[in-house]
Amino acid sequence: MSIKDNAWQMAAALSKNEISAVELANQHYEQIAAVDKDVHAFLYLDKEGALSQAKEVDKKRAAGEKLSPLAGVPLALKDVMTQKDVPTTCGSKILENWRPPYDSTVVTKLKDAGVIILGKTNMDEFAMGSSTENSAYGPTHNPWDLTRIPGGSGGGSSASLAAFEAPLAIGTDTGGSIRQPAAVTGTVGVKPTYGGVSRYGLVAFSSSLDQAGPCARTVLDAALLHQVIAGFDPKDSTSINQAVPDVVAAAKKLDIKGMKIGVVKQLSGDGYQKGVENKFNEAIAELVKLGAEIIEVSCPNFEYALAAYYLIAPSECSSNLARFDSIRFGLRVGDDGVKSAEEVMNLTRQAGFGREVKRRIILGTYALSSGYYDAYYGSAQKVRTLIKQDFDNAFTKCDVLVSPTAPTTAFKIGEKSNDPLAMYLNDIATIPVNMAGIGGMSLPCGLADEDKLPVGFQIMSPAMKDDRMYLVGGALEAALLSKWGKPILDFAPKLAGSK
Amino acid sequence: MSLNYDSALAIYEPTLGLEVHVELNTKSKMFCGCATEFGAQPNTQTCPVCLGLPGSLPVVNKRAIESSILIGLALNCSIAPFSRFARKNYFYPDMPKNFQTSQYDEPICVNGYLDVDVETDEGNKTFRVEIERVHMEEDTGKSLHVGGATGRIHGADHSLLDYNRAGIPLVEIVTKIVPNTGKYAPLVARAYVATLRDILRALKVSDVKMEQGSLRCDVNLSLSKIGSGKLGTRSETKNVNSLRSVERAVTGEIIRHANRLESGEKIVQETRHFLEESGETRPGRSKEQAEDYRYFPEPDLVPVVPDAKWIEELRKLLPEKPADRRKRLQTAWAVPDKEMNAMVNAELLDTVEQTVLLGADPTKARSWWLGEISRIANDKAVSPTDLMSVKDVAQIIELISKGELTDKLARQVVEGVIAKEGSPSEVIAKRGLKVVSDDSQLMKAIEEAIAAAPETAEKVRGGNIPAAGALIGAVMKLTGGQADAAKVRELLLKHLGQ
Repeated sequence: MSIKDNAWQMAAALSKNEISAVELANQHYEQIAAVDKDVHAFLYLDKEGALSQAKEVDKKRAAGEKLSPLAGVPLALKDVMTQKDVPTTCGSKILENWRPPYDSTVVTKLKDAGVIILGKTNMDEFAMGSSTENSAYGPTHNPWDLTRIPGGSGGGSSASLAAFEAPLAIGTDTGGSIRQPAAVTGTVGVKPTYGGVSRYGLVAFSSSLDQAGPCARTVLDAALLHQVIAGFDPKDSTSINQAVPDVVAAAKKLDIKGMKIGVVKQLSGDGYQKGVENKFNEAIAELVKLGAEIIEVSCPNFEYALAAYYLIAPSECSSNLARFDSIRFGLRVGDDGVKSAEEVMNLTRQAGFGREVKRRIILGTYALSSGYYDAYYGSAQKVRTLIKQDFDNAFTKCDVLVSPTAPTTAFKIGEKSNDPLAMYLNDIATIPVNMAGIGGMSLPCGLADEDKLPVGFQIMSPAMKDDRMYLVGGALEAALLSKWGKPILDFAPKLAGSK
Repeated sequence: MSLNYDSALAIYEPTLGLEVHVELNTKSKMFCGCATEFGAQPNTQTCPVCLGLPGSLPVVNKRAIESSILIGLALNCSIAPFSRFARKNYFYPDMPKNFQTSQYDEPICVNGYLDVDVETDEGNKTFRVEIERVHMEEDTGKSLHVGGATGRIHGADHSLLDYNRAGIPLVEIVTKIVPNTGKYAPLVARAYVATLRDILRALKVSDVKMEQGSLRCDVNLSLSKIGSGKLGTRSETKNVNSLRSVERAVTGEIIRHANRLESGEKIVQETRHFLEESGETRPGRSKEQAEDYRYFPEPDLVPVVPDAKWIEELRKLLPEKPADRRKRLQTAWAVPDKEMNAMVNAELLDTVEQTVLLGADPTKARSWWLGEISRIANDKAVSPTDLMSVKDVAQIIELISKGELTDKLARQVVEGVIAKEGSPSEVIAKRGLKVVSDDSQLMKAIEEAIAAAPETAEKVRGGNIPAAGALIGAVMKLTGGQADAAKVRELLLKHLGQ
């Protein structure tokens, strides 16, 4: 047993009593102690809570109780999900030291399944960003190259997997925040169908786009975690009241003969790094070898996706973030007994929110203003409908669609932090999936020739057909593994102090 | 020159608009499971959802939707097959999310009407008030401003916030403009709110207690010069917390508008507050610029798409319309318009009906409740139903009809019950209020009365029957009012050979 094992292997070792949940958690805390000063994936470690949870699992196992498949396996939780009595900052100063009085539904499900929550991971403030540089608590570093970004907004979660600090993680994806970090760290990340996983306790950035999902080092591990967190929740009226597709069976099937796989014409070409396109095409060749039929499809409205996204997401965020007003929770600045509530509210928001968050609140406030609503928010919603139609059309011809996950490999920390538009372009291939509310997965498909950094392969499946991306992802992963001879993370340089 | 009500209406025609907010009486809040009970300790009925804590999400209370549809059906509205919630964005400390979840351009019920009866110079007349929309929203919390002289935020030292009310389901019922009510505008406004309240009470969807704020009314009013055909600028008066205030607010605003217009001033479109004491209004906090609420569809909630079958099932649950019920009772009890109006205006129709249902004669029930009991209630500044129970009144009426009480004795029983001496039978026993019908006892009093007025007795003997009245009165006095007057008359006349 090693911390480099996959989650399903750890689960097997636990069930055979080769290791206890407490030992496993401690091994991960040791790794975190060794490498996280360089990686900075975690914002908070709940060692006490995790170990008492692990003890509980060990006790139940010893008593012969039937446990869920992932019982005792550790996990890193993105700091945007509430966990009772554990600080939840969303990467923002405005929530520093806020301890929510309730568990998010995802956390409730994780606890029920005996998954051990090691701590909370770093993120761009309120999930706004593609590099984790927008965290108020400093950036996270990509374990492949510490001078580079680990993706965003869920860079802490992806980096924790790549640095073997945790075998599983939870991310949230509004425009690519699970998939793009997975792509640039050589890990697997899945954005389930919108409504597939409850949003209750996910601190909202853009309610109609946000979706929590599993992050892992393999497709099967992601599927196992998906099974734990997915399903209808009466506390989230946008959650879908249908059976969760059997993603675990799909991930294990490895047979994609005769499947029709659509390559989206619009998600390639200008702006895509050469090495990214090459690795993507090599993966396509593997899929052909596995017996899939490749079809080129056109989604002409995708070109408006980014623009529409940057109207819808900021509009919703301007309203969602209004509640951070210093009155009931979180930061309070300037309350000297003289200043009015309004002044204190203003000072708090001025001090508590970072630049990108303010930028988006201003953008959204403007877009929703009377006189501009139809031209901006209204038009953006129409684009959204057109993007859905593009997907619907494509899915009449194909079982899944594929593209590179991100146009480039991990860039340098600081390289794009003063150029918001360049930063926004990172999500050009992931945003359409959120706009349509369908499922999307990123898995590694190799290292770009020019920089030897991981490249992400995106698979998109129709709403509530999440099993299809696991089916294709599982098969492609197996083919690539046998081609490479070892997991992609074994190509990464060893971190100082790492086991 | 200043205009009074009548002279104002000789020049101007008022146009009304009424917005009524109704707190639904659902057990739980609009978007969470918190209790809604009135008067609980501050902030004890809250949870992450109604406190707007990060990550929390609303879920619509199905009961609130049901109540809203019932209200729409009772007001003859169409029920929208698809309606949505929206966010109304503005910052205020008692609003936890800094947006109110409310229906905006896609309300649940539209285009209805309510017919209201008003007593006019030409007898009762029906006015049709058209309903524009019925929509759902959530209430805000309450702010208590401490330390200032006025209780308003201005000048206050600090403020206390209570979020128990935050998220209580509200239904807002908005009328279209109500034109052509002339001098009856105040009465139409009052009758509209009263009728609406009766309907809501009959539907059992709200407590409709204006004094507790479970029914709140905003009165919009504008004046136009008679014959001009042009609507004037309106004012919106809030804080109108009783039926009487509704009437007074309309009257007051008509006079205020007319005088401003006559002196060449403009009416400012603004929110005003009604002042209970004076019946006048004062301007609300002036807004430097128009609020932009940045409405957009609430992404956390799915659209409300009520099943047509469900709507038809709800339609079957509708109770008899208050207007129909009134007509039915008026016919059954044979009550003239004027008395019927009096009963309705005194809000005693339900009480009288309940008394009748216990076996009392309708005319007697009405005259006791509106007469003696109302008179005492008025003196004590309470409501008649606070003084007497329906059961007690029905019992007293029954004793009168059996001849066991005279009207005079009954009044003493009422007095005793109100003085909390016990039930009617206990008061009768304690005070010894029994009708004297024992012949020998009565004969003794008759003889005494005759002895005291021999000339009158002679007149009766001589055939002047009406003269007996004085003697009967004397007997009644001698028996302390406890004698059965008919019996006295019979015995007296017989004794005097008539």
